[in-house]
Amino acid sequence: MAKQSQNPYRHPFVRWIEHRLPIISFFEHTLKHYQVPKNLSFLWTGGFIAGFMLVVMIITGILLAMHYIPHPDHAFDSVERIMREVNFGWLIRYLHANGASLFFLVVYMHMFRSIYYGSYKSPRELLWIIGMIIFLIMMATAFLGYVLPWGQMSYWGATVITNLFTAIPWVGDSILEWLLGAPYVGAPALNKFFALHYLLPFLMFLMVFIHVWALHTNGSNNPTGVEPKTAEDTIPFHPYYTVKDLLSITAFMVIFAFFIFFAPNFFGEPENYIPADPMVTPAHIVPEWYFLPFYAILRAIPDKLGGFVAMISSILVLFALPWIDRSKVRSLTFRPISRALFWVFILDVIILGWAGAKPAEGNYIIIGQFATAYYFIHFLILVPLVSRFEKPSGLPESLSAYYKNSCHD
Amino acid sequence: MLGTFDRAAAQRGYQVYRQVCASCHGLKHVRYQYLQKIGFSKAQVKAIAAEYQVRDGPDDEGEMYDRPGKPSDTFVGPYKNKKAAQAANNGSYPPDLSLITKARAGGADYLYALLTGYQELPPANVDLVPGKYYNPYFPGGQIAMAPPLLEGVVTYDDGTVATPKQMAHDVTTFLAWASEPELEQRRRLGIQWLIFLSIFTIVCYLLKRSYWKIIKKKSSNS
Repeated sequence: MAKQSQNPYRHPFVRWIEHRLPIISFFEHTLKHYQVPKNLSFLWTGGFIAGFMLVVMIITGILLAMHYIPHPDHAFDSVERIMREVNFGWLIRYLHANGASLFFLVVYMHMFRSIYYGSYKSPRELLWIIGMIIFLIMMATAFLGYVLPWGQMSYWGATVITNLFTAIPWVGDSILEWLLGAPYVGAPALNKFFALHYLLPFLMFLMVFIHVWALHTNGSNNPTGVEPKTAEDTIPFHPYYTVKDLLSITAFMVIFAFFIFFAPNFFGEPENYIPADPMVTPAHIVPEWYFLPFYAILRAIPDKLGGFVAMISSILVLFALPWIDRSKVRSLTFRPISRALFWVFILDVIILGWAGAKPAEGNYIIIGQFATAYYFIHFLILVPLVSRFEKPSGLPESLSAYYKNSCHD
Repeated sequence: MLGTFDRAAAQRGYQVYRQVCASCHGLKHVRYQYLQKIGFSKAQVKAIAAEYQVRDGPDDEGEMYDRPGKPSDTFVGPYKNKKAAQAANNGSYPPDLSLITKARAGGADYLYALLTGYQELPPANVDLVPGKYYNPYFPGGQIAMAPPLLEGVVTYDDGTVATPKQMAHDVTTFLAWASEPELEQRRRLGIQWLIFLSIFTIVCYLLKRSYWKIIKKKSSNS
């Protein structure tokens, strides 16, 4: 009976549920009573949009899977059938294909926001690492999904990337054969890729829950990087950030709708509307835009194994970021040298992406090599050194003090 | 933004496809009945489909047989398979045209340029392979397809003068439609969604502002 008296709800149905499963108070606790810094900018709505995109991808993906046939003889044609004969099939497929690109766009903004404001620092290292695991699964899912339409880029992209595994000494060939179910990309590989492409998003979904759990344990970072100290510094998540997330997502959907309805193949390659042909190699094989910087790093090293290791390292180094960056001050707003380095790093990533899109020849390779070198210099030399010696400037007493000033502007 | 396909041009373009392109190029993702969407009547479509022989079966005796095409069939291609196509064309494979404007950089503009861009005499520095034709718009400049749209190759049913440029324009319109038959519906729906989402965004903005007014006020007073 003691428990029942804690039940704060009046409505009999709500009381009934709450008594058996305290889910009502759980949501009240995680939304209404969850206190959040009041100075979060729109960049902090990225996580919510990313979660929304994951749901959009899962729903459209399940609908596509109802009509798609994972077999080399039928895959391309079944996608065309979806485009032409399934009711609103073109809409479902364009939502899914453009959704992947915009999902990456949002996730990259989410990651760069974490880097700029030092959101990965203590006590949020694990939050960052879980996010990186989500990013890894997302990359795998995107790669597998791009193979499914079985166009020229699908086939040759899969061939080039899976071929990297042969660079592993001793066991490379066996690993490749195990992954593909054959020594080459063919029917068994396509079937496996389809199964995994369907599985991984649910794994991502699970990780997102753990990510949010970790987030709610210590709360959000904020643009000042100064932890909230008094009640004045925070506001309840609901309604203030639910309404802000809502605004962000509607604005985002305007952009999303523009691509779907008016430029649905903007992110795609024309080559992928040609059915896969193992006898004809495309003039140059490029991955989707979101992989281009990593592709440039892969190609920068003239050795297959070396390139593979460099590409993996470029992602793994991000896992270690909380320990690479030694500064106690989170936000780059108060670390002028690091802030400058951040923007140079962004420029470097853009150059890498540009080089990755170009054919692997002449100056493009050399530019890619310099940009790759800088990528690692940034994380392994510049960030550890600068974060140790840089004197922060203008760090506010509290986030409220800073917010007050920005309100007056 | 609200692009529509010119119905008359698309129908003439079908005629060009039927009388010129179809002797080498398939259109396997298009069903005859779709032609109604560019303005052909039901009876016309039935007649068009019946011009083709479709391999069907097996029948009750276990034999395959040929029957006249039905509107629900997809376009019957000119060759039995890819090998047969290559054997008939000196090893080159005339691609299926169902997706041609989506499968080439430049889309419809590329197709029109290619069809009208043949040059009888290649530049002096180009060593033309025997059996190929010079066309600067084709990657590499040497194409196995002979210039297809010559003066007088088609006589239009609607009386339009079939100049090579007119034919190129018409068949490009037809093939752009064949590649993206959903285009008109897509753009119409797109306008509706953009209007709806824009208004919804403004409403959300006002909602957000009214909620946050008190927070901003409190913060600047304290």
